[in-house]
Amino acid sequence: MARTHPRIISANDLLIGDVVYLTAAGGWTRDLAAAAVARDDAAAQALLAQAEAQPHLAVGPYLADVALDGPAPRPLHYREVFRTRGPSNRPDLGRQAEGL
Amino acid sequence: MYRYDDFDADYLRARNAEFRDQVARRIDGRLSEDEFKPLRLQNGLYLQLHAYMLRVAIPYGTLSSDQMRVLAEVAERWDRGYGHFTTRQNIQFNWVRLADTPDILDRLAEAGMHAIQTSGNCIRNVTADHFAGAAADEIEDPRPVAELIRQWSTSHPEFLFLPRKFKIAVSGTPADRAVTMAHDIGLRALRGPGGEVGYTVILGGGMGRTPMLGKVVREFVPKPDLLPYLEAILAVYNLHGRRDNKYKARIKILVHETGLEALKGEIEAEFARRKRLFDGPEVVPSAEELARIAAHFAPPVLPVRAEVSAIEARAREVDPAFALWAEVNTHPHRAPGHAIVTVSLKAPGEAPGDATSDQMRALADLADRHSLGELRISHLQNVVLPHVARDDLPALHAALVRHGLATANAGLITDIIACPGLDYCALATARSIPIAQDIARRFAAPEKARAIGAFEIKISGCINACGHHHVGHVGILGLEKAGIESYQITLGGDPGPDAAVGERTGPGLAAKEVGPAMERLVAAYLAHRAGHDERFVDTYRRVGPEPFRSAIYAREAA
Repeated sequence: MARTHPRIISANDLLIGDVVYLTAAGGWTRDLAAAAVARDDAAAQALLAQAEAQPHLAVGPYLADVALDGPAPRPLHYREVFRTRGPSNRPDLGRQAEGL
Repeated sequence: MYRYDDFDADYLRARNAEFRDQVARRIDGRLSEDEFKPLRLQNGLYLQLHAYMLRVAIPYGTLSSDQMRVLAEVAERWDRGYGHFTTRQNIQFNWVRLADTPDILDRLAEAGMHAIQTSGNCIRNVTADHFAGAAADEIEDPRPVAELIRQWSTSHPEFLFLPRKFKIAVSGTPADRAVTMAHDIGLRALRGPGGEVGYTVILGGGMGRTPMLGKVVREFVPKPDLLPYLEAILAVYNLHGRRDNKYKARIKILVHETGLEALKGEIEAEFARRKRLFDGPEVVPSAEELARIAAHFAPPVLPVRAEVSAIEARAREVDPAFALWAEVNTHPHRAPGHAIVTVSLKAPGEAPGDATSDQMRALADLADRHSLGELRISHLQNVVLPHVARDDLPALHAALVRHGLATANAGLITDIIACPGLDYCALATARSIPIAQDIARRFAAPEKARAIGAFEIKISGCINACGHHHVGHVGILGLEKAGIESYQITLGGDPGPDAAVGERTGPGLAAKEVGPAMERLVAAYLAHRAGHDERFVDTYRRVGPEPFRSAIYAREAA
C-alpha cells in the first residue's frame, strides 16, 4: 500500500548523541522546523541515502512519519514525539528544557 | 571488599587506552559506525533515544564509599547530576558525550570500576544477593564465588562472542534474594552431606519474550568444581546455542528444545574434560588464590552489642516516622545489635533507581559513618547499607530525611521496579517511569502502603523485560498497540525461592487506566486475603485469578 504520510530523517548526532534532523541543504539541524520533508517514496529514499552518506556526523538515520499541519513537521508516532522533547518525567532535561 | 591488584589496574589502563584510540578513530572517520558499535558496546556505551548512555558495572552490587563518590563525580562532571541504578546492579549515566567517555572510564578505573561486558553477547556483570555477607539467614557469603566468576569471565577469550548475552546470579541463602531462577545460570549455596558448602546449579531461566524458570541441572557442585562446571555449560551453549535467530539464542531455548537430560549429558561429558584442564598445574585457581579472594570478603569485625537497642526503642516510641522506617527498611543482621538498612530510591513521584550526585555523596558519607564504608546496590534498584548498629538507626534516619532518602517502603507496593522505558531507552515500546510514578502516588501514604504489606510491582517498557515484570506479583509490560502505549498486566509472578512467571490477565490497558486498575486490584486483594500476613501473591495462589481479573477490568461506576 502506498504511503500517505510525509517523512523526515531523524538520527543521533555522532559526538553528543542528541537528536538531529536532515535539512534540505543536506546538513543536520536540531530544529525540527528546519527538517527536510519527503512527500513521496523516491524523495524519502533520496534523503535517506544523503543521510547515510554522512556517518561522520550522524548515527542511525531513519525515516519518520510526520504531519504538516503547523509551523514545523509534527511527528506522528509517540516515540518520535518523545524524541523531540526529552524524558517525560524530567521536563528540566532534553529539548523541552531549551524551549525548542 | 575486593580491591583490584596490579594486574587488574594494568588491564583496565590498557583497555581504556585501546578504547580511547577507537573513539578517536570513530570521530575522525577511520572507523565506521558498523565497525565502532560492537567496540563501544563492549565498553558499555549505548546510543539511546536522546543521548549516549554509559552502563557501569557494580559487580555483585558491592561498592565502597570512595567508589560511590566517584560515581557522583562522573554524574556531575560528565552527565546531568544523576545516575540510574538498574535491575542488574549496574549504574547508567544517561547523557554522556562520546568524546568524554575515555576520560570517564579512566576516572572509573582509578576507583577500580569499569564498564566492560555490560553489553554484548558475553557473560555480563555477575549479580548476587544484596544482603550478602551480612544476612542472618546466609549459608555463606556468595561474593567470593561471584568475584571468582567475574575474574574468570572477564575477557575470557572463549566466551566473548556467545550466541547471546549470558547472565549469572549467585545466592548464598535458600531465601534467594538474587532471582536465581530467572537467570541463564543461577547458583544457590547449600551444604553437602559432610557440611561443606557447595552450589546448586540452576540452568536456563530467563525473562524476555519467552520467560522460563531455570531447572536444576546439578543439585550439588562442590566449590572447587564450580569453574570447570560453569565452563562446561558455557562451552556446550557456545557450540549448540542458536545463532540463526536472536530470539531463540538464549540458553533457555537450548535447554527447552534439547531437553535438560540430553543437555546435562553433554555438560557432564564436557565437565570431565574441563576438570582435567583445571586440575593441571597452571589453570586452576590455586587454594592460595581462592583464599586471597575470600580474604577480601572476610566478615567485618563488629563491636559486640546487645540484641535490642534501647536508643532505637526510645526513638521508635517518640517518632512514628522513624518507627515505620525502622520496621520496614531494616533486615536482620547476623551480628546482634546490628541491622541491614535498605535506603529506598523509590520516593513516590521520583523515577525508581535514580539518585542525584548529592544523594550519592550523602550515601557515601553515611556509609563511612555507619556501615564500615560499604554500600550495596540491589536489583530492586535501592541502595543498601549492610552493617549498621541499631543504636545508630535514629541518627541515620535523620540524615536520610535531610537528603530525601528516608522513604519507608522497602518491599511495599510503592517499591516498584521500573526500567527506563521509552523516556530513555531506544528499544522501549512504551514508558515505564510515569506508570510507576502514578501508582506510587496513589499509595504514597506510608500507613496505607504498610497496611497492604509485601507487594511487588515490576514494570518493563518492552518485551525484553529489564523491569522483571514476569516475576512481579503484579507485572506491567508496556507495548505499542495501534499507535498508542498499551500496558499488559500479569499476576502471580514471584522472584523468590517459590519462583513463578506471572499470568496474563487479558487485554492491555491505556496508560491512564493502569493506576485506577491497581487501586481496584488492591481493594480486591484486601477483601480476599486471609490475614495481614498473607501476601498478595499468596492470596492469588489460594483463590485464583478471577477476583483480581474482574477488579482490573471493572469500569468505574458512571
